[in-house]
Amino acid sequence: MQKTAEGQLSPEVVLAEMTRNGVTHVVWLPDSETNFLYQLMQAEPSLRLVPVSREGLAFSVAAGLAAGGQRPIILIQNTGLMESGDSLRGWAIGLNVPVVMMIGYRGWTRHGVNTDSAATYTERFLHAFGISYYLCESSADAPRISIAFEEAARTRRPVAVLMADEYHGFNR
Amino acid sequence: MLRTDELLRVFHAHRDDAIVVPGRGGRHWGKISTQPGRDLPMGDPAMGGHAGFALGLALARPQNKVVLFDSEGDLLMSLGILPTVAELAPANFYHFMLDNECYATTGGQPVPNAKNVAYDAVARGCGYPRAFAFDDLSEFEAAIADILGRPGPVFVALKVVPEVENVPIGQRSRWQTRTRDKVLADFREELGLNQPQRTEGGTSR
Repeated sequence: MQKTAEGQLSPEVVLAEMTRNGVTHVVWLPDSETNFLYQLMQAEPSLRLVPVSREGLAFSVAAGLAAGGQRPIILIQNTGLMESGDSLRGWAIGLNVPVVMMIGYRGWTRHGVNTDSAATYTERFLHAFGISYYLCESSADAPRISIAFEEAARTRRPVAVLMADEYHGFNR
Repeated sequence: MLRTDELLRVFHAHRDDAIVVPGRGGRHWGKISTQPGRDLPMGDPAMGGHAGFALGLALARPQNKVVLFDSEGDLLMSLGILPTVAELAPANFYHFMLDNECYATTGGQPVPNAKNVAYDAVARGCGYPRAFAFDDLSEFEAAIADILGRPGPVFVALKVVPEVENVPIGQRSRWQTRTRDKVLADFREELGLNQPQRTEGGTSR
């Protein structure tokens, strides 16, 4: 196994957060660099992957899974999150679905100067919907994923984790 | 064309203990169903999501049949759900779709290419192993036992008479008798699922 470079986000650590928090289904649409996470999720027997072809679909699927007693997670990119506004509103917030959304934070830069409007509007979008969120840049931040699960369960609302190592992150 | 209330009565005779997401058929189904705890009349949380919601239920409850009465306007907003259903192939998922060829709640304007979309062919092309289309009640009645008696996923397109609403939304009579929260709470109780607790804001459910 290759080692994750210091300061990067290890896919094994992300997967461990999912299993530790009892995730049963990953409702997802791949983003730029999730290949190795995909391989790990596929190999994890406690997870079932539910691929969608547009991010908005993820919210109604997750709502159905939650209504049926399962614990889904949503894994999509910030671009797709913004496309999903009405589904997030109606199916996730409206039905009090305690789901964690792992959002690939395309375009994010630590210094705040970006050239990608996807990054420009991500946090503004979350603020508009009143969604709590946590930033996850490296493996050291991964415990915030568990915090997000706890908050989602306590408040019965979707909570976001912004995966800010997206451009190179899930690669090992 | 079929009448929605009539086709739902036909289905009801074959329901057994299936979970039912009545979708746009909810206004009629509420008067027909004898197992409201297994019904999920969600109204319209966000258009385009009923198929995804029912798919999630089917994946969550493989021991139960899940029957959805989708609508063509809803499905057209989310056709991409069809290959997801086909790939996951839940054997307990029965996907009926009411096709009135219009947006009835907004005054009856036609959906795109309203009279010329073969939804059963679309579903089959996306990978549903079985797909049907009916525009006659007696033919539907003759086929439904076989449709429900075999494993899903299956797609059934039903041409239905439009029930157009031209009354301003605020003046329409509500057919829902329970809030969405109550519907979900009743469902969890019926199926013996754990009820999550809300601790924020002092509201417990």
